[in-house]
Amino acid sequence: MNRNSPSVVIDGLVKRFGAFTAVDGISLEVQTGEIFGFLGPNGAGKSTTIRMLCGLLRPTDGRATVAGFDVARQPEAIRQRIGYMSQKFSLYDDLRAAENLRFFAGLYNVPRELVAERVEWALRMAGLEGRESAITGTLASGWKQRLALGCAVLHRPPIVFLDEPTSGVDPISRRRFWDLIHDMAAGGVTVFVTTHYMDEAEYCNRLALIDRGRIVALGTPTELKRTAMKGELLLVECQPLARALEALQKAPGVLDAAVFGNNLHLVVEDAAAAAPALRDYLRRQGLEATRLEAIPPSLEDVFVSLTTAQARN
Amino acid sequence: MRWHRLLAMGRKEFIQILRDTRSLAIVVTMPLILMLLYGYGVNLDYKNIPVCAFDREGSQQSQDLLRRFEASDYFTVVRVAENYPAVVEGVEAGQCQLAVVIPHDFSQRLAGGQPAAVQALVDATDDNGANLVMGYTEAVVAGFSQELQMEWLGRQGRAEFRVPLSVEARTWFNEELNSKDFIIPGIVALVMAVIGAFLTSLTIAREWERGTMEQLISTPVSRTEIMVGKLVPYFVIGLLDTALCTVIAVAWFGVPFRGQWTTLLLSSALFLLGVLGQGYFISVVAKSQLAASQAALVSTLLPAFLLSGFLFAIEQMPAVIQTITRVIPARYYVSILKGVFLKGTPPALLAEHLLALAIFAALVMGLATRAFHKRLV
Repeated sequence: MNRNSPSVVIDGLVKRFGAFTAVDGISLEVQTGEIFGFLGPNGAGKSTTIRMLCGLLRPTDGRATVAGFDVARQPEAIRQRIGYMSQKFSLYDDLRAAENLRFFAGLYNVPRELVAERVEWALRMAGLEGRESAITGTLASGWKQRLALGCAVLHRPPIVFLDEPTSGVDPISRRRFWDLIHDMAAGGVTVFVTTHYMDEAEYCNRLALIDRGRIVALGTPTELKRTAMKGELLLVECQPLARALEALQKAPGVLDAAVFGNNLHLVVEDAAAAAPALRDYLRRQGLEATRLEAIPPSLEDVFVSLTTAQARN
Repeated sequence: MRWHRLLAMGRKEFIQILRDTRSLAIVVTMPLILMLLYGYGVNLDYKNIPVCAFDREGSQQSQDLLRRFEASDYFTVVRVAENYPAVVEGVEAGQCQLAVVIPHDFSQRLAGGQPAAVQALVDATDDNGANLVMGYTEAVVAGFSQELQMEWLGRQGRAEFRVPLSVEARTWFNEELNSKDFIIPGIVALVMAVIGAFLTSLTIAREWERGTMEQLISTPVSRTEIMVGKLVPYFVIGLLDTALCTVIAVAWFGVPFRGQWTTLLLSSALFLLGVLGQGYFISVVAKSQLAASQAALVSTLLPAFLLSGFLFAIEQMPAVIQTITRVIPARYYVSILKGVFLKGTPPALLAEHLLALAIFAALVMGLATRAFHKRLV
C-alpha cells in the first residue's frame, strides 16, 4: 500500500437500526501510519462505525473503503488486511493464552513456520511470558486486553481497528497499552481507535469528536483545542460549588458553565475582559472566588462545549 | 477452504469440548444410559401375563384347563377368585390382565357333547396388549379343545385321525422373538440424534452469547471453514459413540451383528452428517443456547423416537403419519440398523435408504451454510 494514500476513506456513511439513526452521515479520511482517535460518549455511534468498517455491519447509506476495498462489497478482502479488537472482550475464556494466539494465527493463515515466533512475540508484547498456559478466563483484565490485541495483530495487518480497547483496564495497563499502539504506528501501521477517555485522545495524531452519530469536530488535538471552541476558557474556584454554578450560568457574558473536578469551567467571549466582571458579579451574590483565571482548554472542554452547543441547536 | 484454518477451527473446538465437563459427560454417559435404559427397561415381550382364575365348577376338567394356562410361558395365575366380585376387583385393580371364568356346568356340557363357553375378561387399556392376550388365550383354549376332540375320536375307535392343518412357524432374524434384539439397534439412532444435534446446537449459539463470534467473523475464515471445522470433532465423537453402542449391544446384550461393519459405518456417517447439519442450522438461526438446544431435541430426538420405527412399527401408523415418516432421516437409519444387526442385509439392498440419508445430509448442510452470515444482526 502506498504510504501517501489514505487507509480509510469514509464518505457520507449512515447506519439506521429501524427508526434509530446510529451513524448519521459521517465523512473522514485516515492516512496510512496515523493513530486516528474516535472520541465520543457511549452510544454516539463509534462502535457502529468501526463495525461497518470491518464489514460486520452493512451501511444503510454512503460508502467507505478500507485499504482501498469497499466495506459493503468486499468485506473479505478487508478482513485479510485488518486486525480488529471488539469492544467486549471476545477471546475464548476456556482456552489457554497461547491456544488463543495459535487459534487466531491459524485463522489468519500465518505461515506455519512463523507461528511459533509470532506467538512468542505476542506473548512478550502482552507481558504474558511464563503465563502462556494460563486459562484465559483467569487472567486480569489488563492482560486479557493485551492478549486480545496480540490476537488481532498476529498476522501483522497494515490497519488495526480497536474499539474501546482500554475500557475497564487500570491506568498503568492503559498506559502500557498505548505504548504498544505507538510502537505499531511507528512501524507504519494505521491505528483506528475509539475511546471515551479524554486523556487517551491526547495520544492520537488526529481525532474525530462524534456525538449522536455526527462528527462535531475533526483535527489534531492541538487544532481542536485552539479552534473548535467558540470563546475562551475561565477556571473558577469557588465554594459552595453548586451555588456558584447556578449563579454563573445566569451571569451576563457566560456562554457555558460546567463542573470540572472541584472547579468550574466557564466559556466566555473574552477571558481577560470577563474575569474582573465575573468576580464582582459573584461578590454581589455573596460568593467569593478563590481563583478565577484564563486557562487553555483541554479536549474535554472542547468536547463539552461542542456537544452542549449542538444540544442547544 | 484453507487447511490451516480448518485445522485451527477443529482443534479449538476439540479443546473446548474436552474442557467442558458437561459436553464430555453427555458424550460418554448418554450412550451408556440410553443403552441400559432401553436394554433393560423396555420390554415389549408378553410373558407371564397375570391371570385371575375363577373356577365355578372345580372339576377335574376345569382344573386341567387352568393348569394349561399355568403351564404356558405367557400366563401366570396370580389370583384364584372365590366369587365373581373378586374377579372384577382383580381386573379393576390392575392386578390381573386376564380373568378366566369357567362355568359351573363345564365338564357336564363337555361330557354331553355340547359346546362349553369359557369366559375371558381382558383389561384392554393397552389395546395392542389386549389383542395379544386374547390371541394367547384362544391358543391355550383351542389346544385344550383339540385334545378333547382327539380323545373323543379315539374313544370312537378312530385313533389314526390326525389334525389336517397345522402351522409350522419359523421365526427369522430374531429367532427367540426377543424384543431386546429389536429395540437395541435402534438406540444407536437416538444416541446419534442427541450427540449430533443437541451438542452442535450449542456451538454457534454459544459463540454469539459469549461475544466471541464478533471476533471470529472479523477474521478471513470462511463460513464453510467455520462449519466444517466445528462439525468435524462432533463427527468423530459421533462415530466413536456408534462404535461404543455397537460393542455394548453385541457384547453385553448379545444382540447379533450379521451385517458388514462398513455398512454400519457408512450409514452412521451419513446419518450423523444430517443431524450435525440440523443442529448447526438450528444454532445459526436461534442464536441462544437455550432455544437452540430445545429446538434441536424436539426436532431430532422426538422423531427419532416416535416416527423412526425404533419402537413403533411404521406400517401400523395412519397413512398421513406414514407419509410424514418419509422425511424423517432416522426412519431410514433405524431400518438400516435393524437390517445390519439382525438380518445382515447386503448394502445393495439398502442403497435407497443410504441415498435418502445422503440427500438429507446434503440438504441441511447446504441450508446451514447459507443461513450463516459473517455479519452482526
